[in-house]
Amino acid sequence: MAAITLPADPVDLVTPPGLLSAAPLIEAKNVELFYGSSRALKGIDITIKEKLVTAFIGPSGCGKSTFLRCFNRMNDLIDNVRITGRCLIGGEDIYAKDVDVIELRKRVGMVFQRSNPFPKSIYDNIAYGLRLHGTKDKSEIDGVVESSLRGAALWDEVKDRLHSSALGLSGGQQQRLCIARAIAIRPEIILMDEPASALDPLATVKIEELILELKKEFTIVIVTHNMQQATRISDYTAFFYIGELIEYDLTTKIFTNPAKKQTEDYVTGRFG
Amino acid sequence: MSTPIPAAAAGRRFDRKRPDIASGLFTGLTGLATFGILAILAAILGNILYHGLPGLSWRFVSTIPRKDMFEPESAAVLSMIVGTSIRVMIMTIFVIPIGVITAVYLTEYAASGSIYTRIIRVAIANLAGVPSIVFGLFGLGFFINFIGKNLDQLTHQSGPLFGKPTVLWASLTLAVMTMPVVIVATEEALKAIPPGLREASLALGATKLETILKIVLPNALPGILTGAILAISRAAGEVAPILFTGVAYYMADLPSKLTDQFMDLGYHAFVLSTQSDNIEKTRPILYATVLVLLMLTFSLNAIGIIVRARIRKAMRAGH
Repeated sequence: MAAITLPADPVDLVTPPGLLSAAPLIEAKNVELFYGSSRALKGIDITIKEKLVTAFIGPSGCGKSTFLRCFNRMNDLIDNVRITGRCLIGGEDIYAKDVDVIELRKRVGMVFQRSNPFPKSIYDNIAYGLRLHGTKDKSEIDGVVESSLRGAALWDEVKDRLHSSALGLSGGQQQRLCIARAIAIRPEIILMDEPASALDPLATVKIEELILELKKEFTIVIVTHNMQQATRISDYTAFFYIGELIEYDLTTKIFTNPAKKQTEDYVTGRFG
Repeated sequence: MSTPIPAAAAGRRFDRKRPDIASGLFTGLTGLATFGILAILAAILGNILYHGLPGLSWRFVSTIPRKDMFEPESAAVLSMIVGTSIRVMIMTIFVIPIGVITAVYLTEYAASGSIYTRIIRVAIANLAGVPSIVFGLFGLGFFINFIGKNLDQLTHQSGPLFGKPTVLWASLTLAVMTMPVVIVATEEALKAIPPGLREASLALGATKLETILKIVLPNALPGILTGAILAISRAAGEVAPILFTGVAYYMADLPSKLTDQFMDLGYHAFVLSTQSDNIEKTRPILYATVLVLLMLTFSLNAIGIIVRARIRKAMRAGH
């Protein structure tokens, strides 16, 4: 009988090799953001990899949502916001002068904390983005509506009432509808700003399962307050504190063996 | 052995209710005030219905007055019904788009804290407080004497065509007067739209204009209609702004062009009550005219309210 031998050296048995070899997609270089004269983001450098889930964690007001909104330039909508540094997606500076914000937002979709379906039918919610970008063909829209709803694990629940109001759906369904609406225009990246924080535990599980499914096709960056959620769904985790990126590493590392004391205090619940 | 209840706790009992005279009085007062308002409204409507209904007939509302307007047998108000309706409709056509566009600018585009925006808001608030006769004089000075006369000169008219009172100028004067109502109602409606809807649209790659046209304005429609209803209510009964700008004492025909003058229910009530040589004989006609004016105002409002209810229902149903 052969003896069971353990490897002599400790090796990483947890990390799938894909996590390390994934290609970089988003790069931030020394990004700073000012509201008027107050500095909300302080020299952030990060590289986010393709087709993985990257979680931003940190206490309220640490700048993680603000930073997330840099990637689709939603901060442009706020008066008195100034951003310095470079923010690259696929090597292109998204704050360069000749960048079309519309094209950027087609490539970088977003799902918000509070589900915000339009007060239109389920069908029209999904079709909105398509029609916006010039799709007129009814059968093509029909197809995308179905595939998006299937992609957001909502099709079976709503296929018989596509033309009734989206506001009649439950909170969790509304949020999945918002995800379906975002993926309908085929972005590369989906930004999620605490997408499950207003949902009950069962609806949260569905969103999390959905995120794991979506990462096969999309790069997902998610802001979350829920640390169990970050461990369940994310591959990489970035910890922010008062506008600074304190630590960024594999999620398993951040939660089991963080390099910084502040990170450890936060993930073990000693503050925050 | 049981623990004795502490003395302090033993002394704290619930059955100490005292009569609360102040609350009773206040409740009574608020009820009385509400009842007072209802009583006044009932008295006005009751009085008008009681004295006006006997004078009302199909002939009265469906014929153009051709003979003596002060004689019960020949008095008629079709011209006035048509005149008042037309001036309210033309006013609505102008005031809604301009008011809505102004409100969109103020809420969606203008920098909220800037001095320029604040000046505009102060101007709108003041416009709402200007007495209506001043609007009438403004209409005379601006629309007729300035725009109208210059138009006539530019188009080489032989006689005054625009440089005289017309239904167009009267309607525009009313539009200026009711503009603040529409602006404020629309602004409230725009502000009530959750910011999340705008963000959702922009995040899908919509431009600001697309977001306003496809998301913001459709959802503000009920609020915009409220503005329209308020504007119509205010304008339908106003006489002062049209005095110098378009209303006629008598016209043999219905108005057929924007440059025609028109007869008006409110103004006709004024005429009946001041120009009659036999006030006793004219009084039933006056009451009936006022009743028709009220019915017209109420039905114009009713149309607005029904349309608004339908839109709300359709919005809830997801269309």
